[in-house]
This record gives sequence, C-alpha cells and structure tokens, in this order.
Amino acid sequence: MNPETITPEVVAAHNLTSEEFERIKELLGREPTFVELGVFSVMWSEHCSYKSSRVHLKRLPTEGERVIVPPGENAGIVDVGDGWCAAFKVESHNHPSFIEPFQGAATGVGGILRDIFTMGARPVAAMNSLRFGRLEDPKHGRRNRALLAGVVAGIAHYGNAFGVPTVGGEVVFDDAYGFNPLVNAFALGLVRHDQIFFGKAAGVGNPVLYVGAKTGRDGIHGATMASAEFDEEALEKRPTVQVGDPFLEKLLLEACLEAMRAGAVAGIQDMGAAGLTSSSCEMAARAGNGVELDLSLVPQREEGMTAYEIMLSESQERMLIVAHSGRERQVIDIFRKWDLDAVVIGRVTGTGSVVVLHEGQRLADIPSKYLTDEAPRYDRPMKPRDGGERVDDEGFAVGGGIDVVSPAPPTAPALASDSGLQAPDSEVDFNNALRRLLASPNLASKSWVYRQYDHMVRTNTAVLPGADAAVVRIKETRRALAMSLDGNGRYCAVSPREGARLVVAEAARNVVCVGARPLAVTNCLNFASPERPEVMWSFSEVIDGMAEACEALSTPVVSGNVSFYNETEGRGIHPTPVIGMVGLVEDVRRVVTQGFKREGHLVALVGTSGEDLSASEYEATVLGRGVEELIASGARVPSLDLGRELAVQRAVLLAAEEGLLQSAHDCSDGGLAVALAECCFSSLGRGALGATVTLDGELSSAATLFGETPSRVLVSFEESQRTRLERIAAQAGAPLKVIGRVGGKRLRINVGSVEHISQDVSEFETIWRDSLGDSMQAEVIATAAE
Amino acid sequence: MKFGVIVFPGSNCDHDAYHVISKHVGQPVDFVWHRETDLSAYDAVIIPGGFSYGDYLRAGALASFSPVMASVKEFAGRGGFVLGICNGFQILCESGLLPGALIRNRELHFICQHVNVRVETTETPFTHELRAGQVLSLPVAHAEGNYVCDDETFEELRSEDRVVFRYCDPAGESGEPSNINGSRDHIAGICSRERNVLGLMPHPERACEDLLGSSDGSGLFRSLAATLAAVR
Repeated sequence: MNPETITPEVVAAHNLTSEEFERIKELLGREPTFVELGVFSVMWSEHCSYKSSRVHLKRLPTEGERVIVPPGENAGIVDVGDGWCAAFKVESHNHPSFIEPFQGAATGVGGILRDIFTMGARPVAAMNSLRFGRLEDPKHGRRNRALLAGVVAGIAHYGNAFGVPTVGGEVVFDDAYGFNPLVNAFALGLVRHDQIFFGKAAGVGNPVLYVGAKTGRDGIHGATMASAEFDEEALEKRPTVQVGDPFLEKLLLEACLEAMRAGAVAGIQDMGAAGLTSSSCEMAARAGNGVELDLSLVPQREEGMTAYEIMLSESQERMLIVAHSGRERQVIDIFRKWDLDAVVIGRVTGTGSVVVLHEGQRLADIPSKYLTDEAPRYDRPMKPRDGGERVDDEGFAVGGGIDVVSPAPPTAPALASDSGLQAPDSEVDFNNALRRLLASPNLASKSWVYRQYDHMVRTNTAVLPGADAAVVRIKETRRALAMSLDGNGRYCAVSPREGARLVVAEAARNVVCVGARPLAVTNCLNFASPERPEVMWSFSEVIDGMAEACEALSTPVVSGNVSFYNETEGRGIHPTPVIGMVGLVEDVRRVVTQGFKREGHLVALVGTSGEDLSASEYEATVLGRGVEELIASGARVPSLDLGRELAVQRAVLLAAEEGLLQSAHDCSDGGLAVALAECCFSSLGRGALGATVTLDGELSSAATLFGETPSRVLVSFEESQRTRLERIAAQAGAPLKVIGRVGGKRLRINVGSVEHISQDVSEFETIWRDSLGDSMQAEVIATAAE
Repeated sequence: MKFGVIVFPGSNCDHDAYHVISKHVGQPVDFVWHRETDLSAYDAVIIPGGFSYGDYLRAGALASFSPVMASVKEFAGRGGFVLGICNGFQILCESGLLPGALIRNRELHFICQHVNVRVETTETPFTHELRAGQVLSLPVAHAEGNYVCDDETFEELRSEDRVVFRYCDPAGESGEPSNINGSRDHIAGICSRERNVLGLMPHPERACEDLLGSSDGSGLFRSLAATLAAVR
C-alpha cells in the first residue's frame, strides 16, 4: 500500500504546500517516509497547528488569579473555591454535522467530553451553540429542518446516554449558515485541585497504554487523498464521519477516572482529531520527551491495517495513557473491569522523538518539536472588506461593502412598508410586531430542542434551560457554576470588532443575571476561509474586540477552538465567534431566575436605552432586512461602553448576592418588549403573570420597544427593597429606573402616554412556545421513520 | 435498614439515587455492581435510571440477563423491596418482575421535563405516606416510556389496584395532553401483585429538593424508609 515515492501529487493530496514539504525535508535532513508524511500532514493541518490563527490568538488575555490551566491543554481550568476547579472548553464539529447531522453532532459531544475527563474532571454539564439556515426558507427549508432535527437527535443520543445534563446553549437561524451549519459543543467538568491530569508523556521509561475502543479505518484523513496510494474499494467503504458510541464513552470515563484515582496515571490524552498521531506527538512535545510505539500491538477491529492507517484513524472513544512504571497491570485490570481494552503499545523515551514501529519495521522517527513548536505559522494577508471599515461622525465603526452574500433576503413582508423605521407610530401595530418577534424561530422558545436533552441528570441543575444562563450546583459545596454560550453572527458581519465586544459583554451579562460572577471564557471561532484576506481581517478584528472586552470584564480566555473554511462555493458564513462564559455563584440559594414572581413587585430597568434598532432582530424579522442590505446601507451595531457594562453588571450582581432581586433578565435580542414578555411567561410551578410598564417617549417607539442597546437588565423586586436597590445601583454607577409593576393577566406597555402593547400574556406565550415545535412537527415524523 | 443501588455499565442515575438515600433519607446505602449475586445485606434495592448496556437491543433487555438481576428476582421473591426508576422500570418489565412493556414515546423522541402524576393507591410500601389523588410534580427523561400491556394484564392491574401513578394535569385530571408519552390509560407506574416491587417512569430522586424545582419525590423515599423501619 505504501507508494514507492512521494510525488508532488501525493504531497498536494495531503494538503501540504510545496514550501511546507521542503521545510519537512529540511527539518528531517532527508525525505520523509510515507507514514511520516501522513503524521506531518495532520500535525501541520490548520485544525491541529492553528497555523493561520496562532499569531492573532496570542493577543487574547489568558491570565487571571483564578486561572489554573491556561490554553494549550485539552481544556482550560479555573479555581472555583474549596479545592474545586472547573475544566471547560467549546469545540466545533461543523463540517461533519453537515455531512451527517446525527453522528456529526454526536461525535462532537463525545470529543468535547473526552477533552474534559482527560484532565481528570468528571463532566457535569454540556451546552451547545447551533446555527442553521432558516427553517421557512422556500427552497432549503426542508433541508434546514432535517439538519436541525438530526443534530438535536445526535446531541441527545450522546449526551443523554453518557449521563451529562445538557443545560443550555443557543439555536440561531440565518441564511448565512444554510450550507455551513455550525455545531459548537461545550462541556464543563469538576476536578479537585490536586487531581488534575495533563497530556504529558512524563517519565522516561514509563509505559504507554492504548485504552478504549479498537482502531478501525474510520475518519482517516487520507479520505481526501488521491487514489493512487489507496485501494479504491477501501476508500469507498470508509465513512467520512465516525460513529459515536456513548455507552463505550461512559465506560471509558469511569475507567479513566478510576485509574487516575488509583494513582497509576502519569499523563493522559484523548485520541481526537488525528487520533494516535496527535495524542502521542503532543504528549511527547509537552514533556520534552520522546515516545516509541509498536503499532502491531494496537487493538484493531479491521484486518490488514497499515501503519499509516493506524496512525491516522479517528475511531472514537480511545485514549492514550502514560502509566507510572510498574503500574501498567493495575491500569489494565481497571479497564478490564469495565470491559475495555488496555494494552501497552510503547514507552516514553529520552530521545525527544516520536518513533513508530510496525511489524518489525521502523516507519517514522520525528523529533516531536518539529510537529508542534516548529509547525508553520502564517501571518496571512488581511484586507478590510470593500470600502473598508469606515468611522462615522460619532466614532462608530460602520459597515462597508460585503464579500459574503446570503442567497436571499428573508421573505417576511415588511410590516411598515418600505418606509421602515420612519413609519409613524400610528401606522405600526406593535402588538402584531411583538407577536411576530415572539414567533420568529430565533426568539421563540427552544423547548422543542432542549426537551430532547436530559438536562436534569446528576440532580444539580438549579436553573433549567431557557434562562439567560444555566446553573449547576456543586453538591459538595454551597456554590454553583453559571454558564452561557453566546454568539451574534449578524452583529459580527456588520462590524467584527464591535460585534465581538458585544458578544463577550452579553455572555457575561447573562451569567450575572442568574447571580454569578463571571470568571473566564472559552471560545469557538467560526470563520470562512483564512486564505481570503477579508476573512482574515475579520478574524483579526474579532480577536481584538474579544481581547478588549475580556480584559475589561476580567474574564481571561482559558480554552478554545478555531474553525476555518466554513464556506461552500465561495460563500462563507458570518464571522461567528461563540463565547462560553463561566461564572461562580457564591451561594446557590441566592440564584436568580428571569420570571416575575408575584403580583405587586416593582419592575425596573438597570441601564438605559438608546436609538439602537440598527441590525436588530426587529429589523431582520419585522422589517425583513437581510445582513447584506444592512451592510450596504451602512448599518452599525449598537455601541457598547464597557465601563457602563461593568457598572450594570456590578449593580445586578451585588443586588442578587444581597438577595434583593425577585427576577433578573438580560435585555438583548428583540429588546425590552420581548424581554418583558419572557419575564411574564409561565414557569415551573407558576402560571403566566401580567405586568404594566410605562417607558418614556424620548426615542422612537420602535426603538423603545425593540431596540437592542446593550448593558441593560430587567429586574423585579419587592417595593420595600426599592431604596436599598437604588442605593446599590448608584454606588455601582449604574442607572436604575422603575418602569412598572407586576400584576394582572395582560402585558401592557405604554410609551409616553400611548399604550402600544396590550395583550393577554397567555396569548403571547402560546405563540412563543409553539412556534418552533409547529415548524418541526412534520420533520420529526420523517426523521424518526428513517 | 440498608439500601443497595444497582450499577450496570451505562447506569447514569445511580449517583442521584445514592445521593437521595444517603443525604435526604439519611440511611446507609451501597452501590451494587452488576456482577454481584449476593443481596443478603440489603432491605431495599433501587434499580436506577440510565442506559444499561447502552440500551442495545431494547431498553433494559440486556440488563435483565445480568447476574445481579437473577439475584434481584430471588430478593423480590423473598419479599425484598425493589424500586425501579425509568430504565429500572424498563428492566423490571424485561425481567418479568412487572408485566407489560415500555415502548417508544408517542411523539417518538426523548422527552425531558417536569410532569404531573396522580397517586392512585396508597396501599404500597412506597406510597403509604402520600394521599390518594395527590398530584406530584416529577421530572421524566426517557425515549421509551409509553406503557403497553394486553387487555388481560390491564384488567388485572386495575382489579388488583396495582396502577400506582397516572399522568395528569396540575388539577389532577388525566387527558390526552397530559399523557406525556402515550401510555395506556395514562399509566406512569405499577407495582407487583405482592406490592413489594414498584416501577415508574418519572424520576422521584430528581425531585427531593426545592432547589431543583420540586421536592414532591421525597414522599416515596419517606414511605419506603418508614416501611423498612416498621418491618424490622
């Protein structure tokens, strides 16, 4: 199977440039073997090497007093008190999920869970951020619905069986993701401070063990290879997406944690992308050691596998363990108890090289640093998109032209004719506008999705899905962790830098709204091709925006993932950074939820509203303005003052920690009116509650109701607490204004002296609750029947 | 009194059951590995939720052939108390300790949410501290919870007062909308003829603290603990 010679075609088929190949020869001082070429090609791939993003990523803040493990390991770790640490990370599985939504999403969940328990942490929560094309798209709606149904079923299949609660996330629909859906999976685990494990091949002479599932030919990167080297038939049979087995992963989790507790493990890493290659090379490089592996010893489920195939297989549910010398028997016995393979396949050496043996032949011998530290790094050309990022009179960045055009603008008829925002209030039916927003899949209840996820297993979920942030308590302490996963592709398309700042701020605000102090961030950076200068420019802008916001909010980035090449036929996605924010609740009994609690409570807005309808959900849904139109018209995103943001967050957090708040809810997509409606909706143990609110009439009515000014939180409280609350807000430097009162069955919103919205809450709620499920009804039957 | 929580490969509510017994019931409890065959140390055994053996073949089917289930049958035959929750209920049906079967939910996919169930009988070791007709808010989390049985079994369950819980609305009325998974006659839980084996789809162990949204599940464990205390 090995070709006699490595031709330029073979090199190209490995996605290596001729310059990169020359560099390999220079480093080795000779021609690589075929196995070595395969190893270099995956280790130097964008996915493993971050070659296009690394020069930018280093601008992100990664340090903080609570950071225990910064980026570079399988997951980041922060201290959460009492000797406990939280390990967390978000990772993309975009491409596989488009090819095969169910298994693509399932294996995405499997991969991120392994990243967590590799660190010695037991996964206690999962979330996911999903983006698809519009469900009601006339041409592609059916495919988009099938993708959503498949992805959700895949996540449910894996997470539910594994036994990790899927507690939150986001689901967004936009034409830009029609051919490139995004599936970003987040997981968080808990570990004792002194029980953290690393992916290091420590201790020369220590045995290297292969544990978990057997190796097959699935997912070998060579699937992209030209035909000459592979048997045609084998290629055709090889699935491009692996199949996940959550049952096996659950056993792997228990066995790994047991082996770690037993003190037998010196280092451990999961075999994710690039399988045995990346795990062995990275473990060796991190320790500054070498490893020698005999592939003949690797458990295999197919016959006649070559060394090349074994090294590059991406079979799921496998780990590489470096055991302490003399403890290998113990590791093997523990894995046998869980009916899993555990085999010594090599040892740690002091040579600094990764050596691969197979059937008595020495097929690779590469200094591990060539595969990691010496991997190429590119500072790729950047160019602001056509027209550049202009700065308007007020200093706000505004959009220029656009390089990425969504196929069709939303078909929703414009509510107020072409005059759009300028329509006089008297001509706008705001009740109807609110109904349409509540029914739009982006704002409607996602219960159709999260009802399919077991979000309560492990009995720690103190705030259920559907909230600003999920809360998972730490049973052994009084504390809890809050977590939120947020992105906003529309904002980042209009202005990547401002959009990224807004996303970080919103993620932190979400966590604050449940009463948690934001601690740290993980990010998943989803972009189109880095080889296009406009994309690389937007990437750089996003990094700078994120860095600024994370710095200001004292939330360092501890882990993350970059996903480039999210484009099809020259059409790319919006720049879509997804932020996973983790916060700490000091006392789980003080957790705050978003729903109003009782008639008579006062409603107040912390923060102030501006004329911020531009690029809003109202513009997209009610006025039917697509992103390309927004950019062409010079739309801008709302401006974010990080000082104001901090003040608002500080006020809400202090009030929550003092137990003054009956409810708190972030005001974001859909603005104040949507946020108010959501506060009124029924929740576990209480029916719908009405409210009457009066907002002043300084702004246009549409902006007052639906504008998306950041740094705003809607709170409710007992009247007797008003003075204390006002004092806290004043001390924090945050504006707070009482705007109304909870009561009755209707939601009434007056702007100035005009009543713009008045309807039974239950009517709003029915529309909001049933919208997504109704669109998906037909799809569920079809998918389940397949 | 001592509780045992059975652990199959793939069980994932084992820790939750253990937590409730040790923390909220305040009684000694052990995990019991699926290869164990000696249950003589226990007064009550809980078969927890999860995906035993990956639920391959059919939910609960493989677990019913495990070494520990042979012992659970003997244990139940001797009058030992057995509580099967969710996957545990499926295993009890597959093992023949309870009649009927649990098939795919009516709407075909996994459902996780709080539901209401009505206490149909207090004449069991698991419900005697509850009120007949009392409505409990308990979470469900399953894809195969749609209870089916033949007419003969159904008559038997009814005439012998063995339907312990039915799905209902918050007011205690049973109708199609509240029948979350399409179960025959809204059945959420049943007991054995000797009444010492209870299987139910909802998760009472997830509803023992207000922090988690409901503490209505604690009545079951309280009843069982009181039963055990009286027996000894």
